[in-house]
Amino acid sequence: MTTLHLNGAVRSVSSAQDTPLLYVLRDELGLNGAKFGCGLGQCGACTVLLDDRPIFSCVTPLGSVGDRVVTTVEGLGTEAAPGRVQKAFEAEQAAQCGYCIAGMIVRAEALLRKTPKPSERGIRAALAPNLCRCGTHMRILRAVRRAAGTPA
Amino acid sequence: MRAPSRRLVVGGGALTVFFALSVSATGQGKPTVKAPELPGDLRTQPRLDAWIRVGADGRITIFTGKAELGQGLKTAILQIAADELDAPLDQLDLVTADTGLTPNEGVTAGSHSMQDSGAAIRNAAANVRWLLIEAAARRWSAEPQSLATGHGTVRASDGRSLAYGELASGLDLSVDARPAVPPRPRGGGPIGQDVPRVDIPAKLAGGQAYIQDFRPPGMVHARLVRGPSYGTALGEADIAAVRAMPGVIAVVQKGRFLAVVAEGEWQAIQAQQRLQAAPSRSTATRPDDIHSWLLSAPAQVEVILDRGGAEGARTASAAYTRPYLMHGSIGPSCAVAQAKHGELTVWTHSQGVFPLRKAIAQLVGLPPEKVRCRHMEGAGCYGHNGADDAAGDAALIAMAVPGRPVRVQWMRDQEHGWEPLGSAMVARLSASLTPEGRVASWRHDVWSMTHSTRPQEAGRLLAGQEVDPPFQAPPPRPIPMPEGGGDRNAIPLYAFPTARVAYHFVPEMPLRVSALRSLGAHMNVFSIESFVDELALLADEDPVAFRLAHLDDSRAHDVINAAARSFGWQAWRRSHGRGRGFAFARYKNLAAYCAVALELEVEPVTGEVWLGRVVSAVDCGQAINPDGIRNQIEGAIVQSLSWSMLEQVGWDADRRTSFDWSAYPILRFPALPQSVEVEVIDRPTEPFLGVGEAGQGPAAAALANAVADATGKRLRDLPLTAEKVKAAMG
Repeated sequence: MTTLHLNGAVRSVSSAQDTPLLYVLRDELGLNGAKFGCGLGQCGACTVLLDDRPIFSCVTPLGSVGDRVVTTVEGLGTEAAPGRVQKAFEAEQAAQCGYCIAGMIVRAEALLRKTPKPSERGIRAALAPNLCRCGTHMRILRAVRRAAGTPA
Repeated sequence: MRAPSRRLVVGGGALTVFFALSVSATGQGKPTVKAPELPGDLRTQPRLDAWIRVGADGRITIFTGKAELGQGLKTAILQIAADELDAPLDQLDLVTADTGLTPNEGVTAGSHSMQDSGAAIRNAAANVRWLLIEAAARRWSAEPQSLATGHGTVRASDGRSLAYGELASGLDLSVDARPAVPPRPRGGGPIGQDVPRVDIPAKLAGGQAYIQDFRPPGMVHARLVRGPSYGTALGEADIAAVRAMPGVIAVVQKGRFLAVVAEGEWQAIQAQQRLQAAPSRSTATRPDDIHSWLLSAPAQVEVILDRGGAEGARTASAAYTRPYLMHGSIGPSCAVAQAKHGELTVWTHSQGVFPLRKAIAQLVGLPPEKVRCRHMEGAGCYGHNGADDAAGDAALIAMAVPGRPVRVQWMRDQEHGWEPLGSAMVARLSASLTPEGRVASWRHDVWSMTHSTRPQEAGRLLAGQEVDPPFQAPPPRPIPMPEGGGDRNAIPLYAFPTARVAYHFVPEMPLRVSALRSLGAHMNVFSIESFVDELALLADEDPVAFRLAHLDDSRAHDVINAAARSFGWQAWRRSHGRGRGFAFARYKNLAAYCAVALELEVEPVTGEVWLGRVVSAVDCGQAINPDGIRNQIEGAIVQSLSWSMLEQVGWDADRRTSFDWSAYPILRFPALPQSVEVEVIDRPTEPFLGVGEAGQGPAAAALANAVADATGKRLRDLPLTAEKVKAAMG
């Protein structure tokens, strides 16, 4: 058994140590937020926070997490009580299919924890690891600016 | 005004007869028309209770055969229904594409949903509202005309009112819709409002929003074992070793079809990777140069426009190409299937649950009524991607593991390697100008493989091709005008006095192809609108003015003028390395009008293009949800810019080589435009026009025109990569 500090709780999981964290979150713990996109660390759909740092959970083995705190999009707020980044995405209607959006929100959260007032270039650079195929990028940028309180 | 002509012609060295199609070749698979006088898909399913039911508790359920693909369909349909029923949005529930519950509306594609389903539900809702009024009138012995509705109630002038739920027991909706019922007085309803999307909140907070999140009790995980790409086959795999791996409960082998089933997802993946290690061989021949091949392959040629007249003196000609493009969904295709008590249920993100049901029934040998296909959202598909194949895969595996729900998800390399691509294409255009600088004659020839191999038959599913004996895929066919496939938007909207347009349909497909957002319109509009700019340059006229001078459609004028005005076309100042580009099209010449203006800067040393402002105007008739329309057009523009600047599928003698996002790069945040603005021109008295694909062509051409403006060099071969721009600049 492995102890996981996840979204403000302590969870005990039985997956093998080499299991990518993504499958532990989705299959053993039943979370939906982190998504399988590529399994290669190329698209960011699986992004979660390890402490305050965004990581690709699809290429992060469970055994490497240790006692660092894992935060998924579920840990940032709920439908009933959304967090600040989620609220901003809702206000900007920043989703089409939305499959990439949980990863985008988590990566934006990481940026804003480190840099509360990011520049436009800083936002674009921070989000570069995450892909969106619907072309919702301009709304995602607006949502991050809104969450930072730095309208363009 | 432009009657298409059909004729016998010689193409590609082979004599072929073009046969007129009596049925739609788009794979829509809709039932026959019963009530031609009704709007949208009420024509095929006129009964009201197929679309709307009113419960005694006041809940109203709306049924649509179309699916939410992330385009905002659910919200728009609810807005239409609530508006016409005169009921609050939150009193409505919505059931989408499900062969067990909803009308058969074919495929959710071609920007058809508002025209087909929206128009049907609008009329059905008007009928239901009127029947509710009549029910209240009977209760009160009043004249229906004297009654009104509001907020889900029928009201009399004396202040009496009855909620819709209270009237439900006296309501018979097992009747056909009537074409004309007294409509609700216009205005005040949700149509035209920026209603927030109903599906977004769950997507932001990790709710169950996608088929990938669906976990019925007892579910097991399956993975497919295939060669590296379509047109390859895997050699002998070590199945015995895999059966002994932890968690593995079955290896399903039927001919070349091979899948592994495990209790856990990661266990299934590990087993799949072990089987996948077997060597592969190519089973197809792939030409090195697909565009030369297209021009010489046997083709069915159809002249789709032949408007006779004089030729001008000054002539120009140009050839344009497009590579194979990928849908590239961010979430690989997924399906869940369960075989139980002789019936099969398949949860799928297919765009066409009814046609898919036919294909799956044939694949597994069940009568169609024993197969139920239920739509659940997946990642955005943008056309026919792996969704149907994954559903076929899950169905076949579920039959071998009866009782347990089987979840299939493709791996990234499988989605990239096996999805049907958007066809590579070639267009050759020529024209002549009058001495006054007007187009005298125009000619457009376009070469393409098919733009639809959507399955209604097992032979079009990967699993159907892999089982032994394999099912045969029916031969690809062109999609007839006026919508067209490879010739979609090949007929110019411009009023050129002499014009000839021919479609060279190539049935063979060395790489698997099918429907990709906007089909041939992306390429044809790119070609037409690039060439129009080339002609404007030849005529020494401003490209916007040149376009307007050749258009006699006032709505076309309005979107062009709106985009030019918002962009500041007249006042725009040129500086070194910067360029501006403009393009316009009416999608399919019968759906939304869209104009795009953009500016960019070319980095002279590297050829890199930095996108500045992008401005668009769109007219899709009555706007149901303006913000939803802006979202769709913004997305279409950004996606098309990605296609047109970066994307091309690669292959070698052995296989397709674009296996992941490093081998098939798409636009990332740092390369985005500075801004994208969309102006929606609302036409409250006009019918809904499909909008989802309208931006694809104009964005591509505006990009090419701006690159030409910035560099003085015309690039005609997509994608317009930095390497090509650099090479052109010398």
